[in-house]
Amino acid sequence: MIEQTLEVDDKLAEFEARIARGEKIEPGDWMPDEYRRQLIRMISQHAHSEVVGMLPEGAWIPHAPSLRRKMVLMAKVQDEAGHGQYLYHAAETLGATREELLDALHTGKAKYASIFNYPTLTWADVAWIGWLVDGAAIKNQTMLAQASYGPYSRAMVRICAEETFHYKQGKEMIVHYASSGTPEQKAMVQDGLNRWWPPTLMMFGPHDSESTNSEILMRWGIKTKSNDELRQEFINEEVPEIQALGLEIPDPDLHFDEDSGSWIIGPIDWDEFWQVVRGNGPMNAERLAARQEAHENGRWVREAMAALYYKFVTDNYSKVSKAIGLSPERN
Amino acid sequence: MNQAIQQILTQKLLALADDELILAHRNSEWIGHAPILEEDIALANIAQDELGHANLWFELHQTLTGDDPDELAFFREAAQFRNVQFVELPRGDWAFTMLRQYLFDAYELLLLDQLQYGRYQPLAQACAKVRNEEIYHLRHTSSWIKRLGLGTEESNRRTQAALDELWPYAQQLFVPLPGESILVDEKIVPNLGRLHESWLERVRPFLTAAHLTIPSNQTPPTNNRSNHTHHLTTLLADMQKVARLNREAVW
Repeated sequence: MIEQTLEVDDKLAEFEARIARGEKIEPGDWMPDEYRRQLIRMISQHAHSEVVGMLPEGAWIPHAPSLRRKMVLMAKVQDEAGHGQYLYHAAETLGATREELLDALHTGKAKYASIFNYPTLTWADVAWIGWLVDGAAIKNQTMLAQASYGPYSRAMVRICAEETFHYKQGKEMIVHYASSGTPEQKAMVQDGLNRWWPPTLMMFGPHDSESTNSEILMRWGIKTKSNDELRQEFINEEVPEIQALGLEIPDPDLHFDEDSGSWIIGPIDWDEFWQVVRGNGPMNAERLAARQEAHENGRWVREAMAALYYKFVTDNYSKVSKAIGLSPERN
Repeated sequence: MNQAIQQILTQKLLALADDELILAHRNSEWIGHAPILEEDIALANIAQDELGHANLWFELHQTLTGDDPDELAFFREAAQFRNVQFVELPRGDWAFTMLRQYLFDAYELLLLDQLQYGRYQPLAQACAKVRNEEIYHLRHTSSWIKRLGLGTEESNRRTQAALDELWPYAQQLFVPLPGESILVDEKIVPNLGRLHESWLERVRPFLTAAHLTIPSNQTPPTNNRSNHTHHLTTLLADMQKVARLNREAVW
């Protein structure tokens, strides 16, 4: 009785206390509308990123230069589809439907990771996506595996495990091409680094001082580290490994700071970042068009699936009714 | 194994490998573009299985000839490929892809069923290992053909159009190589004529039950695996372009 009359403030206090105790919030639990809204936004953006992320790498499956690389790349892009699938399911636990989420993607309302609006120009780009893009994603996702919302957190644990594999595959290729490759392979690798390094650093999002959603996300235990903290961790981990291969990171200001023990980067081109976020990146139009086209081309297929399902339900009306506990009224 | 048998066996293995490689390539073109996300996953899986089979046949071929599988896949010209035209045709729409895969799966399951009891042990063992994958493929593609055939007017029309186009090409799978009868006599491979009958017994009633009409034309456009459509040239240009940047490079 008392519980039913609890004011929203009390519910909020209890909700925040649960998060403070490190408990997970589960689908049926009370949660503030804003928590639900933020999660649907983040999880669906993340799902869309996986789905759009299939495109730049998928484009290289037909060109993979050995039977083994072809197999590995197919498996990798398949994993991205799988991640999209469980993230859409995680968003569904919050009341969103896949149809409305896809609709938001296709109409350009929903965002996805801007990094996928850059083109993959050579085979080495596939390797750099593995090392840098998946590496940066892992930083973010390892944090999100601690997130307060149970289904999101559990999806992240699984996704991180697979992404770690992708990261190793990408790195293995770069190490091979940079250390024992032909001059063409070495040039391809350096060219890829020149293009992928700057946008990878943008993947962590705006500086903390500019990040509008960060405060509430940290308060509710969805994010546990800031954009700048994650970015710096990534830089500190990857810079020495890349330099050890004799590759040059495209940043004249990059230097090691003895006092903080950190690698300090030069300024990030935030104008470019916002341009791409606003839809003006090199591949925004093409990526969206490819997704819209796949969806449109698949419409008649989905209609056929629905038609047959409907036929099955009507043909088996009494069986279905019985199974779901209704008395069959049709004669 | 005498030289005549070995020679025809290597040709047979190459034909098997090329069929699977080219089909896997075609299916993989869908990854990222399938009608539903679940099918990006499923078709990627089927493509990987077929590519895995290609690898197996290439490796068996290698044990007899010493030819490197990557060398064969990436440095032969179209005229040197021994796949049937059936697998090289562009992927078309979803009905075309699913129907081709269904017809191929039905063939491959029957083939592997027989090959696993063949007298050439390395081949028999490899077949026994991968045979079960085909059961899953066939289950998956059969359910799609049922959905598409019985679904809507449009899906039926598209699937029928795919069947009309693919049916003569599908018969190419049952054309033996010149000299293949030696392998049949040695009980290394099954008789393709008999395999064809079993295949027809299986697919005809199934397709009919899916409200599809079996085309009357059953004559394959060519019986020769050295003849290819221009589609194979285009496919290979895509497939081989990175590998051919530098012949010395290891990828």
